[in-house]
Amino acid sequence: MDGSQMTAPVLRASGINKYFGPVRALTDVDFEVRRGEIVALIGDNGAGKSTLINVLTGVLPFDTGEIVFDGRPVRFDSPQDARRHGIETVYQDLAIAPHLDAVANIFLGREYRVPGPLGALGFLDRKRMRRETEEQLARLKVRVPGLQRRMTTLSGGQRQGVAVARAVMWASKVVIMDEPTAALGVAQIGQVLDLMRQVRDAGIPVVFISHNMPHVFEVADRIVVLRLGQVVQELDPKTATIDDAVSGMTGSVGMTAARREATIDR
Amino acid sequence: MTASDAQRTVPPQAAHTPGEVTSRNPFARVSSLFTLLILAVLIVAFTLYSGTKFLNPNNFQNIAVDASQLLLLAVGATFVIITAGIDLSVGSILIFSAVVAAKVAVRFSGSPEQVKLYEFPTQEVGIPLGIAAGVLSGLGWGIVNGVLITRLKMPAFIVTLGTLGMALGFAQLLSRGVNVPNVPPAIQQEIGLRELASVDLGGYHYRITPPLAVTTIVVVIAAIALARTRFGRYTYAVGSNAAAARRVGINVDLHLIKVYALSGLLAGIAGVFDLLRFGTASVSTHQADNLAAISAAVIGGTSLFGGLGTIVGSVIGTFIPAVLRNGTVIARVQPFWQQVLIGGILIVAVYLDQRRRQAEERM
Repeated sequence: MDGSQMTAPVLRASGINKYFGPVRALTDVDFEVRRGEIVALIGDNGAGKSTLINVLTGVLPFDTGEIVFDGRPVRFDSPQDARRHGIETVYQDLAIAPHLDAVANIFLGREYRVPGPLGALGFLDRKRMRRETEEQLARLKVRVPGLQRRMTTLSGGQRQGVAVARAVMWASKVVIMDEPTAALGVAQIGQVLDLMRQVRDAGIPVVFISHNMPHVFEVADRIVVLRLGQVVQELDPKTATIDDAVSGMTGSVGMTAARREATIDR
Repeated sequence: MTASDAQRTVPPQAAHTPGEVTSRNPFARVSSLFTLLILAVLIVAFTLYSGTKFLNPNNFQNIAVDASQLLLLAVGATFVIITAGIDLSVGSILIFSAVVAAKVAVRFSGSPEQVKLYEFPTQEVGIPLGIAAGVLSGLGWGIVNGVLITRLKMPAFIVTLGTLGMALGFAQLLSRGVNVPNVPPAIQQEIGLRELASVDLGGYHYRITPPLAVTTIVVVIAAIALARTRFGRYTYAVGSNAAAARRVGINVDLHLIKVYALSGLLAGIAGVFDLLRFGTASVSTHQADNLAAISAAVIGGTSLFGGLGTIVGSVIGTFIPAVLRNGTVIARVQPFWQQVLIGGILIVAVYLDQRRRQAEERM
């Protein structure tokens, strides 16, 4: 746990339980995000992926358990709170404003205002926002074409690029991506997977939630399998196969308690 | 392979957008160009037909003064519609504010006996109080609209349809259905028609009166606020994708309340203009002003689906009916034609708006 700086978790959730009324959505979930990795979180529909992410990002409160972030126990009471701590989420439905341009979307809710009294009146510092967007995207080798075109004029992949770029721009600790490759064409999927690697290589760990096993195995450094609200497996994509992951997700291969112990408490 | 898509498309786009803040594809400009063209055609046509009776500065000043109230309402409508909302109540708020302003001005300008004899010993107090009451009651109705829409999660159409009826009803109750009598004439003589500044140019005498000055200032501030400030940015964001705006921490409900409050405030100012211009508060006019304001904004390129629109567009959209009205009267055309023409322009403008959206999203 408290090993080298490289493997020390940035975010560690342990023993998380979450109930929706009588329904137990998460059962004793342990999940951690370590520096310099892409950790995939996979599971069937209803396995608890979204619930876990919502708990981690302050969208939902949890009932019991502990979340340690940057070495300190935390309880985020809103997504804004989590964002202030440097955790950014790319949502499945993108959450961009289609009539605004890329710079406006990337700075939405965090606009810079010009210095002085005009800034107090709300005047936007558009040059600075544009410049910083260009700089940051260049640093991360993220390509967003037409920074000042309305999002409606961009393709689906380009919009996804902006949504990811926004998360990357503001995330100082963790980026969470919820199904970022869903509904994209082959070329755009490649771009998004590249982007995830670039983010990781820039030192920010990525949590990658997906149904798509080939994408997961292509990019992830570690795979955590959720089933029925429990973590049932942790796989190393270098040695495990897609079949291993699918059987973990569906429970089709009976896992003995012993093997389960072995995979979880490695 | 992965980046080829981006690499292929980047250079031409970058070349098209050097330093421009909101670049648009060709279709995006069509709607506002179209309206400007309509306005130009109207001015040329009326000039050819009526000559200097139409094309003279005095007449243009008349058009501007006539349009001043509708301009204020159209500015409010622009903000509201960009948030994907609608405000049907502005005409009634205008009437309510005018009646309140008149009532308060009469009440505080002298005793009931004095004002009946047209004596207004305390009008220095009564008139400012009346103006303030009118403006504030407009603001109040706007806040009521915004709070009901956001707190009760009701459609803006329904809420403002309700307050349309309520504001008009209260105005009629307050005025007993007639023009408020015994309004100090100083409101019109000393304020409404006061010459703040004048320019003599080419033998004509331009007079800047308070309604004209206030409207100009409001339009300029609104245009800057919408295009250059965070308030404007949030207005577009809320109309474009309210859920996304919420997720990034924008207080969407508070912003909507502010936008409807602005719409109400401007209707309140327009209501006070009734007193300034005509010296009385009438409950029988302005009842179609809500739709006139909405069509002005829409003709000017504001999208009823939210996220798109400019103040400049709405100003053009306001002057088209104003010029039509003035021009048809001067040309002795049956004035009913203006309604036909405005209706046709509205339909074409919205058609172009839809084409524009489709063209943009095709890509």
